[in-house]
Amino acid sequence: MTEKARPTPAQQVGFVLTAVPHAAALKLTVVDVKPGEVVCKVPYAEHLIGNPDTRVVHGGVITALLDNTCGIAVGSKTALQGQIATLDLRIDYMKPATPGEDILAFAECYKVTKNIAFARGVAYHSDRNDPIATCAAAFMLGTKSTSRANKATGAR
Amino acid sequence: MEIIKRAIAEGRKPDLQELVDAIPYCRFLGIEVDRKGTELTTILRFSEKLIGNPVLPALHGGVVGAFLEVTAVIQLMLEADSEDLPKPVDIGIDYLRSGKPVDTYARAIITKHGRRVCNVRAEAWQDEHTRPIAALHGHFLIKPTNGESA
Repeated sequence: MTEKARPTPAQQVGFVLTAVPHAAALKLTVVDVKPGEVVCKVPYAEHLIGNPDTRVVHGGVITALLDNTCGIAVGSKTALQGQIATLDLRIDYMKPATPGEDILAFAECYKVTKNIAFARGVAYHSDRNDPIATCAAAFMLGTKSTSRANKATGAR
Repeated sequence: MEIIKRAIAEGRKPDLQELVDAIPYCRFLGIEVDRKGTELTTILRFSEKLIGNPVLPALHGGVVGAFLEVTAVIQLMLEADSEDLPKPVDIGIDYLRSGKPVDTYARAIITKHGRRVCNVRAEAWQDEHTRPIAALHGHFLIKPTNGESA
């Protein structure tokens, strides 16, 4: 058997994402990833429309995309994928997304401390300097990653 | 939106469940509205596709944020004077506890009702109202019905 080509980092993270039901429901994919920097994409879809008149994608889709992209950026920098939790997320909406166009998000994790990581991101169509929305997020590091089902008590 | 314009023409508030059902993304998430007079609770029915952490499992942070945003918009449709869906300008979400794979509820309060911009706070909880899983504060642009552009 010939040796398989090593999966690219984007493919590796993409494989992890396929196990996240909501990422799969949004058809969220990883376009590019390097330590601390990630680009993800959500393709335009009918079920993501927030205003049936204008057919513009709902702000919540941008929220989910930016949250996930920032999380992957933190995970790629700290190697703590799956053991991080969003503490807070602030989003500024600059313009409505264009109906029919895919939405990209770039996020970078720009500071990691013992307990907390900071990330910022931008959602756009083709030009990062013409943003749909920008965000700033803080993540708690080293959170529990054991299943609720395995816990004897309900304590967090 | 047609539902809103029709309600304004008839001098009443739009049916909020009908409004939510007309928004594809709200149907996709599974959002319901429980209105008792002026008191409004939104319900996010749990489904597998809302999961963001399959190990715990926990709701996706983006889903919880989106649900709070919808809750704020629905509250504005009930209380604010707007001839169209309010547009979010900025939102901040504090994640307080991980969302369990069960139904989630939320309520919103309009902190300040400006002529063009409203300041709204919203909180989501699951089993106990006193143990919120997330809180949102945000600014929303409304379109006053007197015809002036927002």
